[in-house]
Amino acid sequence: MTFRAKHLLGIEPLHPDEITTVLDLADSYVELSRQAKKHSDVLAGLTVINMFFENSTRTQASFEIAGHRLGADVMNMAMQASSIKKGETLIDTALTLNAMHPDLLVVRHPHSGAVNLLAEKVNCAVLNAGDGLHEHPTQALLDALTIRRAKGRLHRLNIAICGDIAHSRVARSNILLLGKMENRIRLIGPPTLMPAQIEEFGVEVYDDMRAGLAGCDVVMMLRLQKERMDGGFIPSQREYYHRYGLDAEKLSHAKPDAIVMHPGPMNRGVEIDGTLADDINRSVIQEQVEMGVAVRMAAMDLLAQNLRNRRREAAA
Amino acid sequence: MSFLFENARLIDPDAGTDRVGHLIVTHGRITAIEDQSTAFPPDQFPDTARMDCNGLCLAPGLVDMGVKVGEPGERHKESFKTAGNAAAAGGVTTMVTRPDTLTAVDSPEVLDFVTRRAAEMSQVRIAPMAALTRNREGREMVEISFLIDSGAVAFTDGDHVLTDNRVLSRCLTYARSLNALVIAHPQDPGLSRGAAVTSGKFATLRGLPAVSPMAERLGLERDLALVEMTRARYHADQLSTATALPALRRAKNQGLDVTAGVSIHHLTLNELDVGDYRTFFKVKPPLRSEDDRQAMVEAVAEGLIDVVCSMHTPQDEESKRLPFQEAASGAVGLETLLPAAMRLYHSGQMTLPGLFRVLSLNPSKRLGLEGGRLSIGAPADLVLFDPHAPFILDRFTLQSKSKNTPFDGQRMQGRVRGTWVGGTRVFGQ
Repeated sequence: MTFRAKHLLGIEPLHPDEITTVLDLADSYVELSRQAKKHSDVLAGLTVINMFFENSTRTQASFEIAGHRLGADVMNMAMQASSIKKGETLIDTALTLNAMHPDLLVVRHPHSGAVNLLAEKVNCAVLNAGDGLHEHPTQALLDALTIRRAKGRLHRLNIAICGDIAHSRVARSNILLLGKMENRIRLIGPPTLMPAQIEEFGVEVYDDMRAGLAGCDVVMMLRLQKERMDGGFIPSQREYYHRYGLDAEKLSHAKPDAIVMHPGPMNRGVEIDGTLADDINRSVIQEQVEMGVAVRMAAMDLLAQNLRNRRREAAA
Repeated sequence: MSFLFENARLIDPDAGTDRVGHLIVTHGRITAIEDQSTAFPPDQFPDTARMDCNGLCLAPGLVDMGVKVGEPGERHKESFKTAGNAAAAGGVTTMVTRPDTLTAVDSPEVLDFVTRRAAEMSQVRIAPMAALTRNREGREMVEISFLIDSGAVAFTDGDHVLTDNRVLSRCLTYARSLNALVIAHPQDPGLSRGAAVTSGKFATLRGLPAVSPMAERLGLERDLALVEMTRARYHADQLSTATALPALRRAKNQGLDVTAGVSIHHLTLNELDVGDYRTFFKVKPPLRSEDDRQAMVEAVAEGLIDVVCSMHTPQDEESKRLPFQEAASGAVGLETLLPAAMRLYHSGQMTLPGLFRVLSLNPSKRLGLEGGRLSIGAPADLVLFDPHAPFILDRFTLQSKSKNTPFDGQRMQGRVRGTWVGGTRVFGQ
């Protein structure tokens, strides 16, 4: 089975075989990216527009590099600074851009579902770079690729996701993806940071980190937003670090070869101990960044293939 | 001059009967109801003064409690003319209008404007509600007595929850002395702040800000405690969750003067209908779980919930073509209230007299209106409908100026064939 989707809006609609297709292609782009001449022309002639309605440095750079490496014309639009301030609606912005004939739109938006809404209104392929608390599919795919390369497989692993699950689209996409690939998922965090009825997603929920980490192959940490640290959801930063910050002692409850992941940017000393994050024997955080470019290249390549096929069929 | 409706299936919610017969209207009022066996010679009723209903249902017109008309302030969303046309097409003969306009209906002067505009433009009757506090801000009470004299039938701040218990208790106490009905929106404002959907698996999957059903119970329990204290007449505009029902039952058993309503959307749709962020399904309170929906249907059927309304809330396209969180709440409902309610009849959960009890009779009684009855002496506010006629709803055929209905494209069963207000036909031919 190949990757048939028109857009990449989330992990939810993907079939496990489609996930594997993306990861397999991404593997080849890892090799390409490690060569001196890291350039392909599969997207030559196509226009990619990055529309970020929410601040991002890392993800936007990753998409930009991915587009350039595949030979596309890439343009960045800082949406916060432009039309939104002038009162233009999301749909008008989409229609304006659509008239410029882009081929791929990469969109990040602070509201859940905004990227789906935009995808309904444009002719090109849309790639969700994170929408509200909904999904962040390329992050889940790059995490999956990192795990597969480190562990040699992407099924029957014990995977812990720790921290602010409630406010994390990364957690949602990862829960969906890792669940589809038949892994055992544990969520660890204070109950104020757990979404409602999360147990119904087939996960185990722990508020004790040591118990939750016992026997895990993979430990994924999440970023805790600064604005959530002061009494609203948790009493204080230091109490959070004491109970849920990952350090060597807590990690010792996981399997000896467990890997440590973080989507970045990290708060050292809040959710993760700085030394541990830099430990090349345990931490795969730098690999995640590398896999991010490869996965985004693969996703753009597959969406562009489908786009070309649709256009060919429409012309015929 | 008299008019004869022949061979109609007469739905009488007061008597609880559903039988074929004839109904005679004279000078805008129902003057006789006869058995099927009675014959009327042509010299008594010539062709122009009689109508053979062929067994279609004839029922008291709907009294829709909580209709938002965009006047004053938002006439681009709905005017008294378009709302009146929509009501007539939906068999609604009295629109109980909401005061949450721009500006709010919080003074006799604004209320006079509303009644004057309605009298000029609307085909159907209106019974206006007024705000409970000035500008619906929850600080100072309105001139309740003057507003009653100007025709206000109830007092409500709409979906603005009055948070200061001292202010609310004084409003209730003062309203009690005038025997005024106070209508509230039971919801805890803290828990529901910013929420767009009901908390649960679906909300988590879609990543939308959510509110627990418990917020409704908290709001209702608070209100009922103050009602017990003040002995005011109280109506909860919309209940939508199973968890709030025991409090309502307890208050009624206690003998408090308390009633409650539910919107037709919460009886026929559930949270999953939001699907892929469809903003026409964003209403306030948000759609609930299927368990809650069923509990509400049962509560209506057993009589615990007194009133079913459309919560007609027109919104223009621009305010709905937005990401779900940013989109406006509300749905139009005047024309779909009856066909959607027929779903409960076709599913066997409600009888027709039972339905018209909650759609016509109870709201009319609660507000002290004359309509809502199919009895001699009542105003001839009537709806003639075919309970079985199927159709697929196309939102662009609606009479409302705004087309934001969640039933667009859905199969409906039950069509209005004619509507009369005070004996004058306002819909159908």
